[in-house]
Order: sequence, then structure tokens, then C-alpha cells
Amino acid sequence: MQATPQPIFKRGPSLAVRLAFFSLLSLVLLVSDARFRYLEGIRSVVSVVLYPLQQAASLPGTLLTRTGEFFVTQSALYRENEQLKREALLSAPQLQRLTALEAENAQLLRLIDARPAPERKTTIAEVLYESRDPFTRKVVIDRGTSHDVHEGQAVIDNVGVVGQITRVFPFVSEVSLITDKNQSVPVQNSRSGLRSVTFGLGHDGALELRFIPVNADIQTGDVLVTSGIDGTYPAGLPVATVANIERNAAFAFARITCTPSAGVSSFNRVLVLSAPPPAAPNPLKTEPVPERPRKGASKP
Amino acid sequence: MSRSSLGDNIQDGEVLLPVRTGYILLSLVIAVVLDLVPLPGWLSWVWPDFVAVTLVYWGVYQPRRLGLFPAWLLGLLMDVADATLFGQHGLAYAALMFAAVFVHRRIQMFSLPYQMAHVLALLVAQQCIQLLVRLVDSAEFPGFQYFIASVTAAVLWPALVTALNAPLRRRPGADEV
Repeated sequence: MQATPQPIFKRGPSLAVRLAFFSLLSLVLLVSDARFRYLEGIRSVVSVVLYPLQQAASLPGTLLTRTGEFFVTQSALYRENEQLKREALLSAPQLQRLTALEAENAQLLRLIDARPAPERKTTIAEVLYESRDPFTRKVVIDRGTSHDVHEGQAVIDNVGVVGQITRVFPFVSEVSLITDKNQSVPVQNSRSGLRSVTFGLGHDGALELRFIPVNADIQTGDVLVTSGIDGTYPAGLPVATVANIERNAAFAFARITCTPSAGVSSFNRVLVLSAPPPAAPNPLKTEPVPERPRKGASKP
Repeated sequence: MSRSSLGDNIQDGEVLLPVRTGYILLSLVIAVVLDLVPLPGWLSWVWPDFVAVTLVYWGVYQPRRLGLFPAWLLGLLMDVADATLFGQHGLAYAALMFAAVFVHRRIQMFSLPYQMAHVLALLVAQQCIQLLVRLVDSAEFPGFQYFIASVTAAVLWPALVTALNAPLRRRPGADEV
């Protein structure tokens, strides 16, 4: 028998042991993040470290756009200006009518003693980059908790609903697009008033309406707007257009695919709507009645 | 059993300069920035994971300088940047680093074109770990274009090795009288 000699070089634990250690640590992190969301604090810290790197990474693109903007020809500017003037002129009567209608609507709501929909504050944000994760549909915008952005706020662009803020960091936040597999938006058919919910499919340019009976009143080309019953999205924002309906009598539900209205993957600037006001208490949920000492229950 | 640490610095009979920690750090920071560059649709499928390839480079050519811990930390950084599950990249990068160090002698024996095949296998295995994690977390398979990034990374491998080796070369004629 030979005694094992003293190692000449100190090496620490072997590579395989270290791999096992880090794998185990990663698994613990994965489970605690996926199931319990314990690690949001650490994420915020890391995101602050990442912020300057992100700025550096988007610098070439920004510079390119800026330079492009600088060399825009005068004729292009002139044309755009003309178009904007025309659009402003066209929308002016509509705007005036809107003001009148809003006043009338508020008065009517007061008459029937309903609460008018509160106005929401908006924040303009710029899309920094699309998340490189191919499993989800997310973008990162340049507004965070330091700009009073909170989780759950709705994000829209000039055409319709873009998504919802699902994670906030000090300077940036993540927006889950409505095409994400875990995102659903309660909608209403603007033609027939039929209410339902759109579900993301996990890839660009398509949404799905589930659990719509085969004989429901829905047609290709119908515009779906938010119904507002979830309290996240204000009512009446365009979400999608019905693109294809497959009615098969063998199944209880029709297969309906829609195209999102907003340029869900091609926008540059978006609007973050401030958090909805606290919802009215749910009358169906009764609070536990605090136990009162009963009169006859005193100890003998 | 093991060769002297000098052996790690020899490539194709050429003795490279010792690597400074600052140089390793700089290369990794540049890799992270390259990974964060915002890209339009199709380009983001083709864009390689520069952090992963750079880790493979250091694992293969300087197996003693960069251990599993830095790789794991970088993974956590990329998890936050890519909005993925916390630990997904960490697990994949730690395993990638282990594999790179494990086969570094074998890879160094081949010429650069043959090394590409090894690197491709390592990177695809790394992506498979991430895929597996997401599938367990009830995500859907995004399609085989998911693996294109590894192919481009492998194609870029010779250029990357040449670029990262360049500052480590001795200037010709430095030893002559």
C-alpha cells in the first residue's frame, strides 16, 4: 500500500465537483424564480449593472438613426409636414365632436349615478430592444420605477394595445406583448358586442380567440377592442382584427385567429398608461366576520 | 499527469504572451455588449451568442484562468438582460465552461476549421440545456431556427480566435538582437 502523496499544488475542488455545485445552485435559482418569484431584488441590482452596457449596445443604432434624421431631404420634410397638416385638419372636427360627446357622456353618467371612467396619466417610453429569448415575446423599454412605472400597467401605441408591463427595474422595464403565450386580453367585438378573450400564440402577428361557439356572431374583418372589464386595459382600444375563422361542426368551438392591430414588433415609441384606480370591492367575496364573544358562551 | 502551465500558452508552436486579467474582462464586456445590440426580426435569429463563444475561447485556450464561477455569473447577467428565467443561462454557461475545459487538449490538437465542429457541438449542447429548462417550464419549442445562432457562432470561431489571439502575439523580431 502506498500512501497518497501530499499534493504539490493547491487546486481546490475538482472541475466536476464545481460543475455539480453550480448546477445545483442554478436549479435552486430556477425553481425559486419560476415558482415563487423570490429573486426580483437581485434582478433589479443586476439590471442597474447592465444599464450602461445596454446604452452602449444601442448607441450605434441610435447614432445611425440620428445621422439619418439629420440628412433628411427638405422635400421629404415638406411632404411630411403637408401630410400632418392635412391629418390635423381632418381630425379637428372629430376632436371637437369628441369634446362635446365627452361632456355629454359625463353628464349622462352623472344622471344615472355611475362613476365616470377616470382619466389615466400617460408616459412616453422608447423601446430599447426586443428580448433575445425566443420562448417569450417581450420588449424592454427605457422607463422604470424611477419614472413611476409599475407592474401591470398597460402599454399602447398610436394604433392599439401593445402589451402589459410584467417586470420593472429602476431604469428599464419589461413589456410582455399581447402575442406572448402567457398574455390574454379581454376584448369585445365592436360590431356585435360579443365579449371574449384573446390569447397570444407565442409568435409574431397572430392571436387566438378561444372558446367561441361555432354559431357565434363573428365575421372575418371584425375589429376587436378592449372590453375594459379586467381593469388593466381601458375600454375601447383596438386590439386585433379577425383574420380567419374555421367553423367545424365536429368541435364545440370555432378556431379563430386574429391579427394584432398595433405594430406589436415594429414600434419605436410606446405609451405607458398609469395604473388603474383601485377596483370596487367584489361583493361576492365576503370578508371573514371577526368573531365576537357571544353572550351565552361564557364559561360555566 | 498535467503539463506545466506554460503548455497552455503554446499554439501551433508559437508561444503567446501571458494573459492579463484585464484583457479577459475586456473581452467579456465587449461580448456582453455585442449580445445586447438591438436587432430587427430575422437578424436576431442569426446573431450568435457572443458571450458563449468567448467563454469557449477562454475555456479552451486558457483553461486555468477562467473557472466555472465567472461563467455562471455571466449567465445570471444574461438572464436579466434577456428576460429569461433566473439561472437558465447560468446553468448552461457553467456546463459549457466545464465541457470546454474538459476537451481543451483535444480541441487544441485540431486546426481551426476542425475546431469549428467541436465548438458547434458545445454551443448546441448549451442551447439544448436552455431549451430543456424552458420546456420543463411549459414553453413551446420555437422551431429549429433556434439553433442557427450556434451555427453562425461556429462559423465565426476562426475569426474570433485570430482576433482574440492578436494582442497576445509577440511582435516579430522582438527577440532578435
